[in-house]
Amino acid sequence: MPVVSLRDVSKVYPATTKTGDPVVAIDSVSLDVEAGDVYGIIGYSGAGKSTLVRLVNALERSTGGEILINGQDIAGLPERKLREVRLGIGMIFQQFNLLDSRTVAGNVAYPLEVAGRPKAERQARVAELLDFVGLADKARAYPDQLSGGQKQRVGIARALATQPSILLADEATSALDPETTHEVLTLLKRVNREFGVTIIVITHEMDVIQTIATKVAVMDQGRVIERGDVFDVFSNPQHAASARFVGTVVKGVPSAAELAVLRGRHRGRIVTLSFRDAGVDQQAVFGELARAGVAFEVIYGGINEIQGRPFGHLTLSLAADHLTEADAVIDDVLARIRELTTVTEVR
Amino acid sequence: MDALIDLTPELWTAAGETLYIVGLTLFFGGLGGLLVGLGLYLSRAGNILENRTVFTVLNVLVNFIRPIPFIIFLAAAQPLARMVVGTGIGNPAIIFTISLAASFAMGRIVEQNLLTVSPGVIDAARSVGAGPIRIIFTVLLPEALGPLILGFTFIFVALVDMSAVAGYVGGGGLGNFALLYGYRQFNPVVTWAAVLLIIVLVQLVQFLGNSLARKALRR
Repeated sequence: MPVVSLRDVSKVYPATTKTGDPVVAIDSVSLDVEAGDVYGIIGYSGAGKSTLVRLVNALERSTGGEILINGQDIAGLPERKLREVRLGIGMIFQQFNLLDSRTVAGNVAYPLEVAGRPKAERQARVAELLDFVGLADKARAYPDQLSGGQKQRVGIARALATQPSILLADEATSALDPETTHEVLTLLKRVNREFGVTIIVITHEMDVIQTIATKVAVMDQGRVIERGDVFDVFSNPQHAASARFVGTVVKGVPSAAELAVLRGRHRGRIVTLSFRDAGVDQQAVFGELARAGVAFEVIYGGINEIQGRPFGHLTLSLAADHLTEADAVIDDVLARIRELTTVTEVR
Repeated sequence: MDALIDLTPELWTAAGETLYIVGLTLFFGGLGGLLVGLGLYLSRAGNILENRTVFTVLNVLVNFIRPIPFIIFLAAAQPLARMVVGTGIGNPAIIFTISLAASFAMGRIVEQNLLTVSPGVIDAARSVGAGPIRIIFTVLLPEALGPLILGFTFIFVALVDMSAVAGYVGGGGLGNFALLYGYRQFNPVVTWAAVLLIIVLVQLVQFLGNSLARKALRR
C-alpha cells in the first residue's frame, strides 16, 4: 500500500473577481508514493507543486479527489482529526519558519509539546535530534543567531520530533547556497536511510532531484505531465518541459544552433552516442573507433551519474581522411557501435 | 509658586488618581484591545479562523469609533457607562469609557502587530498539529511580543491624554488638577507643574516599554 496516494486530486480557487474564471491550481493529479521513496516533484513556479504538497498534510483543503495517507482518506476529515494525521507528517519550508521567540531546543520541542509528551521525554528527544542534525552546541541559541543551513537543520529536527513516517520538503533548499544545499540534501538522505522516512521533495532545481530523489514527477500548469524513476526520466524525458529540466543539469544533444557552430569548427562526420544503459561498455565503443583507425574528438555532451548509474550523450566528430574510402570505414565502424549503444548521426 | 506649594498634597493626590485611572484602563483597554485585535486578525480572509461577517463587523466598529474625539465619545457613551458600571460620572465612568475607546484604538495596533508575524510560522505550527488556541498563545502572541509591548507603550500615552478630560464628568487626575487650580485660577505655574509630572510619567513608561521590547526582541 502506498504511504501517500493521491487520486484525481483537484484544487480550484474561486474566481477573485465576479467576471473572472476560477483558478485551477491542481488539475486531477494522481500520484502514489511508496514507503521509503524519496519522491521529487519538480516544476516551474506557478506549476502547482507547493499547493500539491500542502494538500498532503491538509494545510490547504482539496476541492476534489481522494488523498490517502496510509490508506486513510483525509480529504473530508474535520480539522480536529487532521491534527492527529499531521503528527505523522513532518514538514520543512523554504523560509525555515522557525519560531524566533524560542531557542533552537524550544523550536524542536514544539511539536512534542503539541503532542502532549512529558517534559523528560521532550528533553531527551530534543537532545537526540540536535545531535543527529549536528547542532547539539546550538541548543540555547536563537534562530536569528544561525546561518541559513543551520536554520534548515533545526527545521529538519523539528519536523522529525514526533517520529513521523512522512516528511514534506517544500523548496527546502531554494534559499540556500550550493554548498549548504548539498549539506541539507545529505542530511535528508540520512533521514531517509536511517529512519526509513518517506520524503516528498518539492523543488524547481533538477540537481536536487538528481542528488536525492528515487522517483520524480514533473508538474506543469497544475498537472503531472511525466513521472517515473529518476534515471528513466533523466535518460529519456518524454515531454518538452521535462527535457528542459533535464537539460539544466545534463548537457545532452546539441541544439540546431549549437550544431551549426560545431559544424563550422569541425570538418568530420558528427555523431551522437547515447549512453542510457548501465550495461554499455564505453571502452568497447571507443576501442572500435581506435581499431578502425578513425580519429575522433568529443565536441559536446558529458556523462552524468544518476542513482549510481552512468548516463549521458557524447557528440563526436569523426575523421578518417588518411584512409581511402573513409566514409565506408566510418559507416562500418558505426554499424558495429550500434550493436553496443544508440548512435545518432547528426547531418 | 506659593500657590503650588500650598497645593502640593492635591498635586500628589491628582498624580495618584491619574496613575489609578491609567493603570486600570491600560489593563481593561489592553485586554479589550487584544481581543479586538485578535478578532480582526484571526477572522481576516486567509487566516486560521477566517470569517467575513466577524471581520466586517469588527472592522466597521473600529473605524466608526476611533475617529470620534474622546470628549464627545465620553458624553455619548454616558448612558452605556450607566448601564455597565452603574454611574455616568466620576472615576468609574471615566475608566469604563477610556477602556472602551482604548480597546478599539489598541485593537487596530494589535492587529497590525500580529500581521507582522510570518504566515509561514503559523503554517509550521499547523503542520505539527497545533490548533487555533494553541497557535494564539504559543506562536502569535510570543512572536509579536516586542512590537506589542511598543504598541502598549504607545497606547499608554493616549490613555494619559484621554484621562485629562476626566474632570468634565467629575473624575480626578492631573488633567483635572491643571484645569481646576491652574487654568481657571490663572496660575500657569500650577498648570506647568502638572504638565511636568505628566511628561515625567510618560518618559518613564516609554523608557520601560522600550527596554522591555528590546528584551523581547533580544536586540
